[in-house]
Amino acid sequence: MASNSKKVLYGLYTDEEDLKSAVKTAGQSHLDIMDVYTPFPVHGLDPILGLKESRLHYLGFIYGAIGASFGFLAMSWIFTRDWPVMFGGKPYWAVPAFIPITFEMTVLFAAWGMTITFYTICGMWPGVKAKTLDDRITDDKFCVAFDVTDASDADVDNLKGFFTKTKAAEVNVKNI
Amino acid sequence: MSQAVAPVRHILIEGNKSYHNITEDLVSPTEKTPSREWIIAFSISAAFLALYIFAICWTVWKGIGEWGANRTINWAYDITNFVWWIGIGHAGTLISAILLLFRQRWRTGVNRAAEAMTIFAVICAGQFPIFHMGRVWLAFFIFPFPNSRGPLWTNFNSPLLWDVFAISTYFSVSLLFWYTGLVPDLATVRDRASGFRRKVYEVFSFGWTGSAKHWQRWESLSLVLAGISTPLVLSVHTIVSFDFATSVIPGWHTTIFPPYFVAGAIFSGFAMVQTLMVITRKVLKLEEYITINHIESMNKVIVLTGTIVGVAYLTELFIAWYSGYIYEQFAFYNRVFGIYWWSYFGMMFCNVVSPQVFWSRKIRRSIWWTFFLSIVINVGMWFERFVIIATTLARDYLPSSWSYYRPTWVEIAIFVGTIGLFFFCYLIFTRVAPVVAIAEVKSILKIAGDQYIGKNANKKGHGDH
Repeated sequence: MASNSKKVLYGLYTDEEDLKSAVKTAGQSHLDIMDVYTPFPVHGLDPILGLKESRLHYLGFIYGAIGASFGFLAMSWIFTRDWPVMFGGKPYWAVPAFIPITFEMTVLFAAWGMTITFYTICGMWPGVKAKTLDDRITDDKFCVAFDVTDASDADVDNLKGFFTKTKAAEVNVKNI
Repeated sequence: MSQAVAPVRHILIEGNKSYHNITEDLVSPTEKTPSREWIIAFSISAAFLALYIFAICWTVWKGIGEWGANRTINWAYDITNFVWWIGIGHAGTLISAILLLFRQRWRTGVNRAAEAMTIFAVICAGQFPIFHMGRVWLAFFIFPFPNSRGPLWTNFNSPLLWDVFAISTYFSVSLLFWYTGLVPDLATVRDRASGFRRKVYEVFSFGWTGSAKHWQRWESLSLVLAGISTPLVLSVHTIVSFDFATSVIPGWHTTIFPPYFVAGAIFSGFAMVQTLMVITRKVLKLEEYITINHIESMNKVIVLTGTIVGVAYLTELFIAWYSGYIYEQFAFYNRVFGIYWWSYFGMMFCNVVSPQVFWSRKIRRSIWWTFFLSIVINVGMWFERFVIIATTLARDYLPSSWSYYRPTWVEIAIFVGTIGLFFFCYLIFTRVAPVVAIAEVKSILKIAGDQYIGKNANKKGHGDH
């Protein structure tokens, strides 16, 4: 428990269809997959892996709403309370003229907020060392990984059997 | 397993590629030593960039009086070039955002380079208003921040301030969108590299692993960024057109400006993408990823937007006549037959007449025609901005102030210099990052690769054992 290092048993597949059927088999045999790594987003993988839909876009909406309110209220406060300036006889609180900046602030906050959240929850940042199992995962290999830190030999054999059954091209163990 | 694909779908990846071939082909340009063509192009760009720096130093040292702008024509070359570059910067986000929402798969071949182009074009555009401020070291005054002058805030009712917000938002959001798309591909480059190079790409790829959950969030983020970038890109040129449309100058004060500017921006942006793509695919040997089908699709967008722009030009003339307002009528008569008649006819020929040849399929699919016309269109779109700005100001309400504008060598050097700046950035980009989105191309391989669809499909690709 003290060490953060995990012992991982992983299998590499050469095609996303093989990967999908392997993940399906793992689900049927109640094997606890640690993670699946792919070189590109494989569509149809999330439901069989049991991943729930990302809630990132709800946050995007909230950030956008914050940006819109901030932009609009700041302009309103500045031009009616803090330092009202008369521009060509127009009202101080010139709502239509505030629309463009309010819109831009909505987009700015939503985009930055969501992007920063994305990198934070994924644990990604400049300087983070990738816990890569195999260099070919970002090339052409599709990887299914199991955490076997505390697994018994029988469990490991069972998992190896699973990889053989699902036609994994390679099976390896690595500490990450 | 082949997926069901409609027979009308174009082949977008040629050459019977496997996933590994795609990685190899797209990453290898960043791994080899630069080719001779690249070194020559880079040296020329660097020379023009040096010219730019010299001309900017000259302007800052001596003042804006070194430019040809005068009392009557107080906005001329700089704003023309600003709008021209901003327009060019529209295609990238259009390709990556709007075409993503429309599920146009051909975008994957060109989106990365087009987005990079957007960012560099916006950098070039930003130079003009910044240096036209004169005392450039006070440029940060354009942002509203609590200050010791009151605080005296910026004028939130001014379209020029809207422009500040629109363009800085556009720049930063485009950068996020582009970079987030680039992260998985930088990880691909990292995993092929070793030594110091690997360390550098480790930093820039943020520790990307390709985990299924990360991909899911990444796609969700891309989709929402596309969704908010779409109105953003339309808002940017709308707001640029407000710089003119909210004024009370005949010839500028028209409601047609926002849609007309947006169509023109997409038109010129696609032309610039074509110019770059035709060269890039040849030099980096990417013909199998940026195919003739991609080029044809972009030419279709060009003929559509060129025609929209043409309709807008004619509508302006008609409305000027129909308004019965003599100042408006004079402004447009002057625009067509006045002192700058040559730029009006140049604009009409380059933007409206020349793209019509793209109705012919043969010409749409010809590399040489595409390249030639993309240059013609960029020249035409420059004329358009010059026509709108210079002709209108040269003949204002007071005939005793009528004037003529010609650029000084400093202005020409700055403009030519920004082209150097643009290519300087673009050439560096082609060396350090994959110019085609690797992961996205892999994700469409089984629905757009030539071994899966089209005449030569063998119904079993490399992955089907």
